[in-house]
Amino acid sequence: MRTLSYREAVIEALAGEMRRDPSVVLMGEDIGAAGGVFRQTAGLFDEFGAARVIDTPISEAGAFGIAVGASMCGLRPVFEVMFGDFITLVMDPLVNQAAKLSYMSAGGFSAPLVLRTTMGVGSNLGPQHSQSLHAWACHVPGLKVALPASPADAKGLFASAIRDPNPVVIFEDRMLYTLRGPVPEGEHLVPLGSAALRRAGRDATVVATGRMVAHALDAADRLAGEGLEIEVIDPRSLVPLDLEALVASVRRTHRVLVVDGGARRYGAAAEIAAELAESAFDWLDAPVRRLAAEDVPIPISRTLEPLVQPDAARIAAAVHALVAG
Amino acid sequence: MDAEQGWRFLETMLLMRRFEEAVGTLGARGAFPGHYHLYIGQEATGAGAFSVLREQDRIATTHRNHGHVLARGADPGAALAEILGREGGLNRGRGGTIHLCAPDLGFVSTSGIVGSVVGLAAGAAFACKGRGDGGIGVALFGDGALEEGIPFEAMNIAALWKLPLLLLCENNSADAWGMAKGGYPALVHAANDLRAIPGALGIPAIRVEGIDPFAVCDAVATAAARCRAGEGPVFIEAMTRRWAGSAPLWPELATGITDLGMATGETPIPEGPHAEWFARNDPVLRLARLVLAQGGDSAARLRALDAAVCARIGAAERFALASPLPDPATATDFTFA
Repeated sequence: MRTLSYREAVIEALAGEMRRDPSVVLMGEDIGAAGGVFRQTAGLFDEFGAARVIDTPISEAGAFGIAVGASMCGLRPVFEVMFGDFITLVMDPLVNQAAKLSYMSAGGFSAPLVLRTTMGVGSNLGPQHSQSLHAWACHVPGLKVALPASPADAKGLFASAIRDPNPVVIFEDRMLYTLRGPVPEGEHLVPLGSAALRRAGRDATVVATGRMVAHALDAADRLAGEGLEIEVIDPRSLVPLDLEALVASVRRTHRVLVVDGGARRYGAAAEIAAELAESAFDWLDAPVRRLAAEDVPIPISRTLEPLVQPDAARIAAAVHALVAG
Repeated sequence: MDAEQGWRFLETMLLMRRFEEAVGTLGARGAFPGHYHLYIGQEATGAGAFSVLREQDRIATTHRNHGHVLARGADPGAALAEILGREGGLNRGRGGTIHLCAPDLGFVSTSGIVGSVVGLAAGAAFACKGRGDGGIGVALFGDGALEEGIPFEAMNIAALWKLPLLLLCENNSADAWGMAKGGYPALVHAANDLRAIPGALGIPAIRVEGIDPFAVCDAVATAAARCRAGEGPVFIEAMTRRWAGSAPLWPELATGITDLGMATGETPIPEGPHAEWFARNDPVLRLARLVLAQGGDSAARLRALDAAVCARIGAAERFALASPLPDPATATDFTFA
């Protein structure tokens, strides 16, 4: 299969959906002729023009409110918030409007839109440009949330999200944009709510989200050299969560570590760990463990930033502790 | 004055008034939970505005929405059932008074977060523009909405993109609770004329007497035509009268059940704190006096109209009270489409 970068895979999904469905429009800051500050919409303006690849002012709340209103009137906006940190600015149209429309109107309305934003550390961008705030979106009933971890999933999850009748928030780790991998040509859909088994193993399960999947696979390689075979599972979407696949893995390995790049306290790892503790208790030989980011703002300094999020070495160490327990 | 148009306005306004008198009465006796907001005093603005909106227009409104939804043609029984949280409500009892909404009537949403309405309506205007069927987005909001940030951002974008967006601000701040008395429009705006805010963005902004449905109708017709012609957004500030019962959160029918005898002269206007309301500020009594001035059989016609409206509201109330509460087993339904 041909390979694409994660960034190219997202662009291919957007282009494919825009060709298929004329109601799909892109909105965001510098996404038009500029092609996105991370080149994440490159080429789309040339093909689809200013009427469908729409630059907005630096007005996240107002512009996303417009996207929500437009989604109720026949359009399917893909709205980009440049940095995940800036979702603080779109909270009202996201949380109070889009997420609640279906429920408040007993299904009379929905907001079929995608909010795409970035996350993650590693670029020395500091506390206001490095957060991983996906757990916030997960906590709001009515929102679906996906964290693509591979180029193929980026394409497939974007296509599914755009076709979904609900608001879907997609968090893309900027450090994955250059990751290359095989991507199916033509239509490729990854349903929301289906986890992927990335690597089979017998000694422990590592449930990893977003970029943590790559770290977990690195850790698995190291651990294999030390005689430990771990299973790596990527939920791909956190809402809905494919709990069944996670539980099935725990039934095989009897030990589980949950790894997430967001802050540990009340985070996505905590939620998945709690679900597994409730649903897979009878098959567990050790307490569910989690590994997530430190509960601190993301520092800018090179000596500090790498300490904040889990990496392959810390995942491997946590697995050792898990199997020893 | 076009007398027949006056009667049509009066019918809409009486429908709103009798409906909300039912809401206030039911609220006072605890027939539904939660707080609510009444449109009493602003009926002329809604009646005038909705008389010119078209089927393809898309409307976003706020917590003070009862009059808007009725003016657009929602069934009063379903609207009242929604306020009562009943399964027979417009939204099957899931939204309630703050979120009365009727997608089939072109409402895109009804938000209790007041400024958000402007963003949603601008989005509707964006979609309407793309559709090219002459439809416009309409934002209905109060002066308070302009204290939030989203309207500034959305108005800027609407002006920049020349969106067909009609911004109808119902300024009901005169004598509002918590405000300085006698100042315009409120202590909370550094701008002492709300039209200056859209005006700074190049959005034409006009003020209209909100107690006069004819004036509102003319202003909205002119503004809507401009929007439909692709000339961008227009802002209308309708100055409405503050009604004494508009207490924050839990209104009370401070001026009682409207007695149209005060328009015909059969009932003397009582002395006291509400004399000014009855004599001049109540838009329903004011319009009733205007149609009565046509003479002829207008007094009998007014009585017949009111009786018909009251009968409709009585039926709506019976429907709403008879409608079942939602089945607890459905509590999580509709979270996702």
